[in-house]
Amino acid sequence: MRSSWDIAVLGAGPAGGAAARIAADDGADVLLLDEQRRPGGQVWRVKSAARHFASDSPETRAGDAHRAALEQSKVTFRGETRLWHIERKKDIWVLHVLTLSGTAIYNARAVILAPGAREFVQPFPGWTVPGVFGLAGVTALIKSQQIPPGRRCVVAGSGPLAIYAAAEILRLGGEIAAIVTPNSRADWLWCLPALLANPFLAKRGAEWIAQLKRAGMPIFWRHLVTRTKGNEVLSALHVSRCTSEWAPTGAATEIPADTLCIGNGLLPNSEIAALAGLELHYDADCGGWIAPVGPHGQTVIPGLYLCGDGAGIRGATVASEQGERAGMAAARWLKGAPASSGSQRRSHRAEWLGLAMTGLSRPRRGLDSLTTPETIVCRCENLTRATLEAEIDAGAASVEALKSATRCGMGPCGGRYCLTSAARLIEMRQGAAPGTVSPPTTRPPLFPLPVAAIGTEFDYDDLPIPAPAPL
Amino acid sequence: MSQTDLQAGDGADLRFSFDGRTYEGRKGETLAAALLRAGVVTLGAAPGGDTKRGAFCWMGWCQECRVWHDGQMVEACRLIVSEGLEAQSRGNGDA
Ligand SMILES: Cc1cc2nc3c(=O)[nH]c(=O)nc-3n(C[C@H](O)[C@H](O)[C@H](O)COP(=O)(O)OP(=O)(O)OC[C@H]3O[C@@H](n4cnc5c(N)ncnc54)[C@H](O)[C@@H]3O)c2cc1C
Ligand code: FES
Repeated sequence: MRSSWDIAVLGAGPAGGAAARIAADDGADVLLLDEQRRPGGQVWRVKSAARHFASDSPETRAGDAHRAALEQSKVTFRGETRLWHIERKKDIWVLHVLTLSGTAIYNARAVILAPGAREFVQPFPGWTVPGVFGLAGVTALIKSQQIPPGRRCVVAGSGPLAIYAAAEILRLGGEIAAIVTPNSRADWLWCLPALLANPFLAKRGAEWIAQLKRAGMPIFWRHLVTRTKGNEVLSALHVSRCTSEWAPTGAATEIPADTLCIGNGLLPNSEIAALAGLELHYDADCGGWIAPVGPHGQTVIPGLYLCGDGAGIRGATVASEQGERAGMAAARWLKGAPASSGSQRRSHRAEWLGLAMTGLSRPRRGLDSLTTPETIVCRCENLTRATLEAEIDAGAASVEALKSATRCGMGPCGGRYCLTSAARLIEMRQGAAPGTVSPPTTRPPLFPLPVAAIGTEFDYDDLPIPAPAPL
Repeated sequence: MSQTDLQAGDGADLRFSFDGRTYEGRKGETLAAALLRAGVVTLGAAPGGDTKRGAFCWMGWCQECRVWHDGQMVEACRLIVSEGLEAQSRGNGDA
């Protein structure tokens, strides 16, 4: 199979799809990779073949248009292809991927990273019980499988995803026992100007809320889920009021439920950028640790571009516009031409709304007190807050040091679901500001490699291991 | 555009087993989704503990949904069910 390309684009969501299409239209030979089966990314995830008859939502339709445009282009798409390492050898980028049948290597002269975002969930007592799901994750389940996540569901979390997920669960025939959000109505009113500047999205949001109201859904504003009950499966959960800093306060109400969908905003996927050699910095408004980019997605490394939510959480509209600019810039760079060209789309209104929604979702400091000493923070290694804090008190001042002392973040998830909380724990313990404790050095493989994949083509000893960050 | 796409399913039913029990699946759906429809959310044991775990991120990243299939641990939220597929839950000592 062919292995060398002008441009490799990682991630086929709004950002990567647009980048690939624009670069191919400009004459570049483009490979587009995604671990999903079809293009669409998070927001436009394709329906499973089992559910192709299910009725369409605006997201499905936008995704169908995105897929059709890519099909008509000269872009080569490889789905179910997961990047686990990226490196640069002389002037050529080498992408190591896992496919359904094993491993493969692709080379490219330029690379556009569009890896999107993942979810943050603040650890709380009982969040590991089966039936407790990530909120954004449930939207992925809903989009692909078109089924509600359970029978009697509580949807909890900050920002617009909670409202969206609840409306979708109702549409698919699930029962909503309650919607629980730390945001207040006033938080949303702050976003009204940004919403009104984006009438289509504002209308869609208003429809969800109307749908929930018609169905008589109880919405608990300024409330948090503080713990779950149930051992082998979820049976109930506790809901408490919270302060404006989102610290739980007052007596709890028990709500019976078999399913809890819970999330606290999105984090840019910055690991691939870090592995490619970019330095990360903390930008709270953009959702956390990101690699800095210019207006065309250009990075400090020539031939390496970054766009979409992976460069800061700004939503789908901005992601596709950034993708277009990065695709054009990369194609022009290959020809030795400057990036700029006057007539490119850039919607400041969409950017305003995207950042407003990120602000609405962003965890506030009080949320940390949900994580009691007995709460499991690292799910893969079953490590509690008390265990981690004992090591922090004994001198583990960096995430790197905490990892080597406890194995926190060294399990199969690669630390994606605990290291953000671990860094926050260190910051709190040291009385330091958010964003002062940096993520650990990213090392390959980004995902566990199945034994079968390692077999013939690949030798662990060949892995270039970057120098570890100082402890 | 060339692509590696699975055969479009027709919604037809098929049978698979999880921990020795038989369930019905739909062509094209994932193992975790098929089990969820059947009311099964517990997919394995917590590492080293006596508590249970199930799918969490639904996108192939958290690894909480991993089950044994064909001698390997695979993500149930990404594994597409097929006729006769057999899978087992993981124990508390499985990495
Ligand atoms: C689970 C989830 C659900 C969301 N749902 C919504 C929603 O319903 N509405 C909304 O407005 N916003 C939603 N968002 C926000 C979303 O991030 C943006 O609106 C939009 O999808 C960003 O586009 P993007 O192209 O930057 O990234 P994405 O759409 O996230 O696309 C990134 C792509 O990169 C792929 N990828 C990442 N890492 C790898 C790798 N190592 N190997 C191979 N492929 C990889 C992913 O599979 C994905 O397809 C959601 C976010 C998440 C995390
Ligand atoms: S549910 Fe997270 S990997 Fe499957």
